[in-house]
Amino acid sequence: MPNEFIIETRKLSYSFASQKVLNEVSLQVPSGSIYGFLGPNGAGKTTTIKILLNLLRSDKNNVLLFGEEINKNRLKILSRIGALVEQPAIYSHLTGRENLNNRAMLLGIPKKRIDVVQNITGIDDYAGKKAGKYSLGMKQRLGIALALLPDPELLLLDEPTNGLDPNGIIEIRKLLQKLTSEGKTVFVSSHILSEVEKMATHVGIINHGKLLFQGSIAHLHDISINTISIEVNNVVDAANMLLNKGYTADIKNESIILPYSSQREMSCINKLLVDSGFSVFGLSRPKNDLETMFLNITKN
Amino acid sequence: MQAFLISLRSEFYKSRNTLSFWSAILLPLIICALIAEGFYVNSNKLAGMTGMMQWFRFSGAFLGVMGSLLLPMLVIFQTFSINNMEHRADMWKSLFALPLPKWSVYSSKFVYAVFLTALCLTLFASFIIAAAYLMNFFKPEFKFNQFDMSALLFKLHLKLFLASISIISLQFVFSLLWSDFIQCMGLGFLLTIFGIIVANLGWKYGYAIPYAQPMIAMNAVTKEIKIDGTQTIDFVLMTKEIYVSLAIGLAAFASGYFIIRKRSVN
Repeated sequence: MPNEFIIETRKLSYSFASQKVLNEVSLQVPSGSIYGFLGPNGAGKTTTIKILLNLLRSDKNNVLLFGEEINKNRLKILSRIGALVEQPAIYSHLTGRENLNNRAMLLGIPKKRIDVVQNITGIDDYAGKKAGKYSLGMKQRLGIALALLPDPELLLLDEPTNGLDPNGIIEIRKLLQKLTSEGKTVFVSSHILSEVEKMATHVGIINHGKLLFQGSIAHLHDISINTISIEVNNVVDAANMLLNKGYTADIKNESIILPYSSQREMSCINKLLVDSGFSVFGLSRPKNDLETMFLNITKN
Repeated sequence: MQAFLISLRSEFYKSRNTLSFWSAILLPLIICALIAEGFYVNSNKLAGMTGMMQWFRFSGAFLGVMGSLLLPMLVIFQTFSINNMEHRADMWKSLFALPLPKWSVYSSKFVYAVFLTALCLTLFASFIIAAAYLMNFFKPEFKFNQFDMSALLFKLHLKLFLASISIISLQFVFSLLWSDFIQCMGLGFLLTIFGIIVANLGWKYGYAIPYAQPMIAMNAVTKEIKIDGTQTIDFVLMTKEIYVSLAIGLAAFASGYFIIRKRSVN
């Protein structure tokens, strides 16, 4: 039976000396997803990625990739992963092509695969140039090309769109979406929330080493829609009426905003307004963008 | 084993166009050319000597400078260059995230550093022999063809190589610890000077000091070889400074592995 989760950590904790950087993080990354791993600087994102690559060890054997524990199956698991950790690690005295050649040599990959990754990451034109002369965006593309070289089932990417221009960001987004359509899984940490929102199917939000949210983007929207927005003909009078009836009403952008509790209550409020002579034009639960949700979750 | 060989091949691929690799070839070539030119121009001063004496004068010019200063400096530069490729590219993390055993990545780098020194010393011996016969060809007053020094010369360089294993290992560890050339070079240079002083003073336990071992080894050979022509010219390869050098090399190799495991995640 195939594993439901490509990555699974079970109450993963990690400390540097006395400083706890991860606190019972239980990641569950579904197969075939683009999992956006979000968190402010120092939240524990890179530490988590390093543990997933066995660069740091969790002694409790609670890190599973492809259903197998990483400490006991390091080589087997790593052979199915392509990774870009922090900034791209590239030999500046070698050309882009030579960097790829060297990695292909280490991994026993045929040279024709180099042509493929050069092409899909768009580095064909400057593959013969010394990598030391690359711009940050070019380096990032080469880093992604190196990660893609073994045609991995799982891609672990740390800030992959760093330094890329808008076109480059769109290309990488499309590339990652194409990869998942081919059955691959992408785990991507990023601080560009709008970008994650556009491409991720699932998100994990981490702060101070604790996983604060994990689930699909739809689920995240669902739980974070916590207000009701009401459009009426006389906003101020309607808001005062609701305040007098004990509701916490506020006015924002010509609408009345109330905390959401249940659909039944929404119906009651609507009835109350109509019975009081107000014309209700709209009653909705506004969607927050990822940035608002992220800030709400990390703030709490 | 296959992972080790692949890693070793990768080390060559990465360094083949760098000075760390070419220094192992160019240094013996340039030094040989310079010293040979000096001997060629002053051939009349050697004319009265026997073939064997000419060989000793010629090869001695190389071995003296190699054992004391040149070899340690070359080792410092080469070991630094090999590890600096990874420091500069912040590559340790990526290397250890590959499906390769960590020990194979580490040991291939170490073996490559040892190989470069071995290559350099082999080329030194080869170029000395080639230069001597070439001079002999153009100037008949040289008598290099009257005495076969080849086996002895290779053995001398082998001894020098074995005596330098401790320096290679220690400098390798220093270059793992520090990505700054000044630190590696500075400490290496100070220890080399200390080694020269120890070797020259003839301290009883000097053989235990890594940076003195090549010079002590060469001094021991000079004392051992009789050049009166009555005895077979030979010397003992495995002397105590060689054993200590190998032991230090082994200990430094093991400790370097623990350093690199930590280094990979920072």
